[in-house]
Amino acid sequence: MSVALSAQDISRALTRISHEILEKNQGASNIVLLGIPTRGAHLAARISEIIQTIEGTEVATGTLDITLFRDDLRLRPPRAIMPTKIPTSGIEGKDVVLIDDVLFSGRTIRSALDALGEIGRPQTVQLAALVDRGHRELPIKADFVGKNLPTSKNQTVKVLLAEIDGRDEVSIEEEAK
Amino acid sequence: MRHLLSIADLSKAEAISILDTATELARVSDGAVKKLPTLRGRTIVNLFAEDSTRTRISFEAAAKRLSADVINFSAKGSSLSKGESLKDTAMTLQAMGADAVVIRHSASGAAQRLADNQWMSGSVVNAGDGTHEHPSQALLDAFTIRKHLGMGGADLSGLNVAIVGDVLHSRVARSNVLLLSLLGAKVSLVAPPTLLPLGIESWPAEVSYDFDAVIPHVDVVMMLRVQQERMTDLFFPNAREYSRYFGLNAERMASMKPGAIVMHPGPMNRGLEISAEVADSARSVITEQVTNGVSVRMAILYVLLAGGALEAGSN
Repeated sequence: MSVALSAQDISRALTRISHEILEKNQGASNIVLLGIPTRGAHLAARISEIIQTIEGTEVATGTLDITLFRDDLRLRPPRAIMPTKIPTSGIEGKDVVLIDDVLFSGRTIRSALDALGEIGRPQTVQLAALVDRGHRELPIKADFVGKNLPTSKNQTVKVLLAEIDGRDEVSIEEEAK
Repeated sequence: MRHLLSIADLSKAEAISILDTATELARVSDGAVKKLPTLRGRTIVNLFAEDSTRTRISFEAAAKRLSADVINFSAKGSSLSKGESLKDTAMTLQAMGADAVVIRHSASGAAQRLADNQWMSGSVVNAGDGTHEHPSQALLDAFTIRKHLGMGGADLSGLNVAIVGDVLHSRVARSNVLLLSLLGAKVSLVAPPTLLPLGIESWPAEVSYDFDAVIPHVDVVMMLRVQQERMTDLFFPNAREYSRYFGLNAERMASMKPGAIVMHPGPMNRGLEISAEVADSARSVITEQVTNGVSVRMAILYVLLAGGALEAGSN
């Protein structure tokens, strides 16, 4: 196991991503941040807080569970459905930023795009990921990346966040096979 | 979990996870687009060998909201009325590739029989078997109670529930006693002695013959339908007397706790076990039970079907 991002690295990466989101969208007024549970939701809350300190205004933040839209449901035991909370302002005509911890095959994001389509029609959909580990199976690309981690397919990227795991850390583990 | 045959098969954690899943799925029913792609390509057969309105429609709506294909199959107008056996029917369904069968049957244990034999490989959901069990009804009742009185908790501990009326013929009562006590609620059964089954003392519930003594202490009054179609004997002298002692009318309702709710699994015999005034009152959550039924049945189908072959023991 090797540590790829320390707590400080994570904090810096999130600050940079927050600035990049604001720069690209020219302010926070039309942005909706949607975190994908579980860890993406916590990252969204953190980015939302950082943006608030930078801009001084609150940014609409919510969560988007994609379990019901997955294309691999039949391949795994049933998963618990996590809450979806869309801000009251809705997503119609907004610039939605999806936030997840690890970008891997791209299938989660495809499911998230399907889930969004059921809720409304945003002006744009952007994607922020703390870690991009490669091995895409779909034509999906992140707009904001904390760190690009070149990995092999049989490695596992493990993201720990203080909210659930007690500390912040990203590490790469070799899968015992 | 592969089948849903009886509440007795459920652990507390499984029951709570179905209720939690239903809570999330209820949001879909509130949304603008009431459709999810989750069970696309799956086939669910509603095999109803006994009359039903709300359960069948509810399962159908639940399956359709999850994008499953639904085949409705009722005894009238099918080969069941020509005397085809359950086995042959099941094998027909298997040959058509049914992923799940929702079965309602007048014989207790019909769902179990369908699941135990190797007639078909799909999941079996018991939608009411004779006087045995009706697990999806109990789950939607628990869901409704939790929503109104659960105080944010996952289970129903601290709540008192009275189940009143024809307990003897009621699969709803049997499933509810098991589920509500599993979730920590205290259940009292109120009925004339003739309408209580043998062995009632082994149920996890108290028994009373005096409705008026019980009603001021409970948070939920669940009325049961007097099942005249199953009554082969004389169980009470006449409808008026039954109604006077065990019916819920406005006068009795006035002695209920503030905030307590009235439930009924339907269909109601208005004027017999419940007066029209009570059924349409602000305490009544009877139509809400129907609404919640769709979310809970979506959750059941999700839990049984959305997972892969891994858990179901791939064959």
